[in-house]
Amino acid sequence: MSEVTALERPEENRDEVESAVVRFAGDSGDGMQLTGTQFTLTAALAGNDLATFPDFPAEIRAPAGTTFGVSAFQINFGARKIMTSGDDLDVLVVMNPAALITNLSDVKLGGIVIADTGAFSDRHLSKAGYTENPLETGDSLDKYRVIKIDMSRLTVEAVKEFGLSNKEALRSKNMWALGLIYWMYGRRRQASVDWLNNKFAKNADIAAANIAALNAGHAFGETAEMPAEIGGYSIPPAQIEPGLYRTVTGTDSIALGLLKGTQLAKVGLTFCSYPITPASALLHQLAAMKEFGVITFQAEDEIAAVGAAIGASYAGSLGITSSSGPGIALKMEAIGLAIATELPLIIVNSQRAGPSTGLPTKTEQSDLYQAVFGRNADAPMPVISVSSSTDGFDVAIEAVRLATKFMTPVMLLTDGYLANASEPWLIPDMSTYEPFEVEFRTDPEDFAPFARDDDTLARPWVKPGTPQLAHRIGGIERADGSGHISYAPENHQRMTDLRAAKIDGIANDIPEQEIDQGDAGDDLVVVGWGSTYGPINRAVSNMRLEGLKVAHIHLRYIWPLPRNLGDLLQGFGQVLVPEMNNGQLVTLLRAQYLVPAEGFNKVNGKPFLINELEGAIRGRLEN
Amino acid sequence: MNVQTPPEKLTAKDFATDQEVRWCPGCGDYAILKAVQRTLADMQVDPEQTVFVSGIGCAARFPYYMETYGFHTIHGRSPTIATGVKLANPELDVWVVGGDGDMLSIGGNHTMHALRRNVDMQILLFNNEIYGLTKGQYSPTSQTGTRSPSTPYGSVDRPVSAAQFALGAGGRFIARSADILQKHLPVVLQRAYENKGASFVEIFQNCIVYNDAVFSHFTEKKVASDMQIHVEHGKPLIFGAESNKGLRMKKDLLELEVVTIGEDGVTEGDILLHDETNRPAAMLLASMQPPAFPVALGVLYCDPAPTYDGAVHDQVNAIKGDKGEGDFDKLLRRGHTWEV
Repeated sequence: MSEVTALERPEENRDEVESAVVRFAGDSGDGMQLTGTQFTLTAALAGNDLATFPDFPAEIRAPAGTTFGVSAFQINFGARKIMTSGDDLDVLVVMNPAALITNLSDVKLGGIVIADTGAFSDRHLSKAGYTENPLETGDSLDKYRVIKIDMSRLTVEAVKEFGLSNKEALRSKNMWALGLIYWMYGRRRQASVDWLNNKFAKNADIAAANIAALNAGHAFGETAEMPAEIGGYSIPPAQIEPGLYRTVTGTDSIALGLLKGTQLAKVGLTFCSYPITPASALLHQLAAMKEFGVITFQAEDEIAAVGAAIGASYAGSLGITSSSGPGIALKMEAIGLAIATELPLIIVNSQRAGPSTGLPTKTEQSDLYQAVFGRNADAPMPVISVSSSTDGFDVAIEAVRLATKFMTPVMLLTDGYLANASEPWLIPDMSTYEPFEVEFRTDPEDFAPFARDDDTLARPWVKPGTPQLAHRIGGIERADGSGHISYAPENHQRMTDLRAAKIDGIANDIPEQEIDQGDAGDDLVVVGWGSTYGPINRAVSNMRLEGLKVAHIHLRYIWPLPRNLGDLLQGFGQVLVPEMNNGQLVTLLRAQYLVPAEGFNKVNGKPFLINELEGAIRGRLEN
Repeated sequence: MNVQTPPEKLTAKDFATDQEVRWCPGCGDYAILKAVQRTLADMQVDPEQTVFVSGIGCAARFPYYMETYGFHTIHGRSPTIATGVKLANPELDVWVVGGDGDMLSIGGNHTMHALRRNVDMQILLFNNEIYGLTKGQYSPTSQTGTRSPSTPYGSVDRPVSAAQFALGAGGRFIARSADILQKHLPVVLQRAYENKGASFVEIFQNCIVYNDAVFSHFTEKKVASDMQIHVEHGKPLIFGAESNKGLRMKKDLLELEVVTIGEDGVTEGDILLHDETNRPAAMLLASMQPPAFPVALGVLYCDPAPTYDGAVHDQVNAIKGDKGEGDFDKLLRRGHTWEV
């Protein structure tokens, strides 16, 4: 077992800062995601609040040194509540020229750029599009504090004793960089050492080499080989609610919530999906939960996935399917069948930039129209959305509750950012979650497949195999009550009205909309949904600190909208709707409530920056 | 000793619903419906453990006429919905019913995967070589040259053979019959029901309105004996009005030939025996076409293998046995956690 060697620098010699944004960027093969994940874990263990943003290329193994092969991991961590993965970078670590050219513009003026000079060869410089070495000539780095270190050489030297090839040795240079950043923020290395020993338990030399590199990077900072003005920082722990924590991505929380939801409903979980970025991780997670009786099915295509989910629901389990925008489009006819036959079903949509293949690994929230309106005929369906990596747990449980209580498909909207971004999560107390056990119909007396519950308008859920309840359902319009085929004009009118009334009635079952920050009647309200929660929350709180009367409303329920939302919105001076699309919720709100809501839109594949939102708010209030 | 009243014996009528059957008068579907109802009654299957799933098309109305559980779904997707039913409850007995457009055109992909996975269900393909419900367009099984509203000068593409497709997809049970064979069809249906796995049955079905008599060259009474061969496992492949024609392998070729017993020194001993576990032989039988060959009917291939739905549940149970029933609180705390 290898151990930590260098001593920790005493806290008092460090500059205390409230928060910092660090990005590790390198080639796809440089292990940047892993480095970022380790730094995240250590920050969490140090008691900081944090948010992360992994950003990796669509190509599986992009050619080394290319700009499109750059993989990055960003973390914002601090002594205060962290709402986003951060606007501008305090520290950018670049492992090659391509990482520098693609990430430099995100560094704040005067920020630190740490570059591995050993990777700035002529070949890599030219692959990145540089005609000269920016570390040596030109003025492109004048606005930053640049630390040039030959990390490649120092790593090879640090691991010399383990007899690795040069190529193998260089694989540890991400740990060297991590060690240096650990030193910079006064972080303990033990968690990463433990992790390396565990990961390479069967390959002690590799574990030892990585730990040696980590220690060497740390020692480099410790032995004052750094420029004098960079003396290291400290970030005290944040004020965090006490309890047991773990980190979760949006995918983690949704997977756990779906399982918990089906447990609360006492129904089986049959998850049917087809691989697609960025939704596949949900299939991977649930496929590993078989000890809970979870059935997973990797179907031959998107349509088969939703078809099997519908079949599972028909047979008395809860069918769940998952995809991203293009796959959801393929599923829509079948979703219409589930709406027509009034079967429970959950469709998880991890939105990505489109249309068509678009930018598969980049985030967007542009499937709201598709979710609410994107089917043939009048086919209403509840739509709910996840607003943070931890929020997925409760939203997934709510999706199960609505689907089973109202016998309807439910679309759950998340996005590519939430799918990959992680946050610390106070593990909730499961005893506080009320069960909502499904009652399957077994009584043959007066049974009719399309008779409705007086309150919810839901039809009974019958498991095939139940004695004396054999019946037929299908996509052809069903007679009210009996469910037999009916072409009667007045029956179609009645059934269309009933289907709409059932979904509209969900508004009476869900909570009234609350104001996240600010007061009813403020000069301006920012209305958001989904993963924009973090930046809107921080931007609004910053504006309120400046004295502006700005409020924030964040929607979980997209359809039906909360019953008090219209009245609430009418009371504000202005309504601003920031979205990572070309203006979808804003259109819905204008159509529903005739309010003069205004959009603020961005579709560059990246989340909103806080200062972008501050600018938009200020611009509207100072005019 | 208690006197047990024997359960009432189900008849074909017990499998009929009160719904008016809405196929065209003279449609072959009526005969198939009758045969299915009779077969289920003969086997005394439990109607409440039985689910009929269909897609879209004339054949797909089938579930509405069966007094069992039933789900009339969307075009081409019935195998996917049936797969979901079996995943959720493998105990249910599932029948999938569809036509050639439903199961070989829009749903061809799903038919292929249901077969290769060997999902435990009966797939009945009513092949009438035409689109009926949409009013007579040619289908993927229509013979080249078929004149239809969408091909007024005759279709130019070549048809798919349903049985060969099913064999190629890895199906473990492939059989054939015809709507008018009211004695043969129930026997084939019973075999399909008894096979554990995906049982694929192609039923030649006459569309009296849009494609009448398309199979008459081998179904008409006067030609049936010479143009049909009813295969049975272990028995010689003999056919003909005088039962003197047979099939044998051509010398040194992977090809069948029709021979006459008593001519050119051919004896019954030269005739191939039908081995329903022999996949290449099944492919040769499935490919035979009149007039050079008779159409092979009966169970062309039956070589059972483990079912997909069974394997999925076995795996879940094995993991539960290995790890113990899942504990959600432990799952929440799996991996790195820290106390604040």
